[in-house]
Amino acid sequence: MKSLSFSSRDLVCGVLFILIGLFFAIQAYGLELGTALRMGPGYFPFVLAGILILLGIIVIVQGTQIQHEPMGPIAWRGLLFILPAPILFGLTVRGLGFVPSLFLTGMVAAFASTKMRPGTALLLVGALTLFSVIVFSYALGLPFRRFGPWLGQ
Amino acid sequence: MDLLSNLALGFATAASPYNLLFCFLGVILGTLIGVLPGIGATATIAMLLPITFQLEPVSSLIMLAGIYYGAQYGGSTTAILINMPGESSSAVTAIDGYQMARKGRAGAALAIAAIGSFFAGTVSTILVAVFAPPLTAVALRFGSPEYFSLMIVGLVSSIALAHGSVVKALGMVVLGLLLGLVGTDIYTGTPRFNLGILELSDGLNFVALAVGVFGIAEILRNLENEHDRDVMIKKVTNLWPTRQDWKEMTAPILRGTAIGSALGILPGGGAILASFASYTVEKRISKTPEEFGKGAVAGVAGPESANNAGAQTSFIPMLTLGIPANPVMALMIGAMIIQGIVPGPNVATEQPALFWGIIASMWIGNLMLILLNLPLIGLWVKLLTIPYYMLFPAIIAFCSIGVYSVNSNVFDLYAVAFFGLIGYGLAKLRCEPAPLLLGFVLGPLLEEHLRRAMIMSRGDPTTFVTRPISLVLLLLAAAVLVVVLLPSIRKKRDEVFVED
Repeated sequence: MKSLSFSSRDLVCGVLFILIGLFFAIQAYGLELGTALRMGPGYFPFVLAGILILLGIIVIVQGTQIQHEPMGPIAWRGLLFILPAPILFGLTVRGLGFVPSLFLTGMVAAFASTKMRPGTALLLVGALTLFSVIVFSYALGLPFRRFGPWLGQ
Repeated sequence: MDLLSNLALGFATAASPYNLLFCFLGVILGTLIGVLPGIGATATIAMLLPITFQLEPVSSLIMLAGIYYGAQYGGSTTAILINMPGESSSAVTAIDGYQMARKGRAGAALAIAAIGSFFAGTVSTILVAVFAPPLTAVALRFGSPEYFSLMIVGLVSSIALAHGSVVKALGMVVLGLLLGLVGTDIYTGTPRFNLGILELSDGLNFVALAVGVFGIAEILRNLENEHDRDVMIKKVTNLWPTRQDWKEMTAPILRGTAIGSALGILPGGGAILASFASYTVEKRISKTPEEFGKGAVAGVAGPESANNAGAQTSFIPMLTLGIPANPVMALMIGAMIIQGIVPGPNVATEQPALFWGIIASMWIGNLMLILLNLPLIGLWVKLLTIPYYMLFPAIIAFCSIGVYSVNSNVFDLYAVAFFGLIGYGLAKLRCEPAPLLLGFVLGPLLEEHLRRAMIMSRGDPTTFVTRPISLVLLLLAAAVLVVVLLPSIRKKRDEVFVED
């Protein structure tokens, strides 16, 4: 007898749809639903959330019928270096100022690749920072402080 | 002649030195992006979107449009030279284009692609100019039920063109719609789904979402398995096609232009579908179908004309109805909204200089591309040898600067990281980001028109099927959905998308 097996990809995807759908459904239910004539803020999202939950169930069911394919590698190193880069920029751009903040952001992002060597990264990010300051700060005149209060400026 | 005076206004706008400069920057950047593998036109436009907000609305849209069709040119260059399509719409070009290059005819293949694209670009610009005003007139008579149904057509079509599972694509649309509703309800002012975060009361930031889901997620995907690209390119010589080439390319270019123009108008259509359709047609009617795959001139000329024509005419629904035909158009609509322009049929009457300026700039941009790119091929080839890891620190830096510059709000930067993670996760689950973005842009509009239509009909949902235009649109949407779900078509569709 063939046992029932799930495609892990579709299982995750379906569960995700259902959870997101539930989140929106519960939130929308807390709002005024209204009637079909006068829809409240909750009506349309509530319907959509219901559809999403339904689709999630279909995805899981369909996942039992198709051939499984592997998920493939996950870019852990990429996730670890790329995602914090814009956050770092956000945390430091006001305090440190545009120039040092951008340099740090570029350096963090640079090491997402195993192929990047420190020397190359310094040169590359240095040039990048210089270019950005000229283009964005001087030429386009974006209102960024080049060096911020944390540096005693 | 209204058309002529309108076009004159358009050319006067587009040919101002300032706008010419940004058109030029757009096509150059677009080509650059198209040549560099790993970042697509959608991601680039998402990243550069914030930077263009510093410009005048016309210049910013002209530049974004330039990036879009510049990327098509650039994509075909790499498809021909190294069998690596920079854009998915040039995947077909790689089949015969690369074979021509291997036979030492890379120059001719590039020239044929460029000439075909330019011809298609010219014809489809005229088509946009001719068809946009009457469509605008029709659209002005649209009420809320028609708009609602039209958006349903657009959303359903985006599902039809997504890769892989239809159910997942549908889920992405619904998720996009829901994300679009985050913020404040416009009718009652009630905050909703904002988790108590103050920054979310105006809704999720469109730019942060687009940059995260398209830009950051794409970088992460590229980092999954880094491998060296061995780029061996022979010197490109002999650009000018032979007399025989001219004879072989004329008919395919004409057919490709017609196919591309027709498919581009369809919501959800555009360049990718057009190039595949053209290749299929050329192969079927050719007297020498065995030549295809071995360097047939028609296999380059047809699809290249078709994808450029499709890219161009996909502006029609965007300009006249304010409904995006593909993610790039969704980004253009986002750009308009942030510039304070309400997309829709009123753009043509309220902002004639903008409307006609964009149309005229398409032709100017195409002219620039053909004049620039053939002589600059050597430069583009050199760019191909830049390793990818050298590029993404710059991409991340520009993303961060761009997103921050829109509102000077650091919260948007955290949102970029969040959506980058979401986008990468969805990619791993084989969910396409394009329907999500369309849903996100259309979510608030769809809800507004639904509610308005229901109030006007006194709560009678049959209003959507008793009004003729709305009925036709809904039937069209249903037909598209049925066609996509038919097993035989699904198989074909899977085959088509296997290429990229």
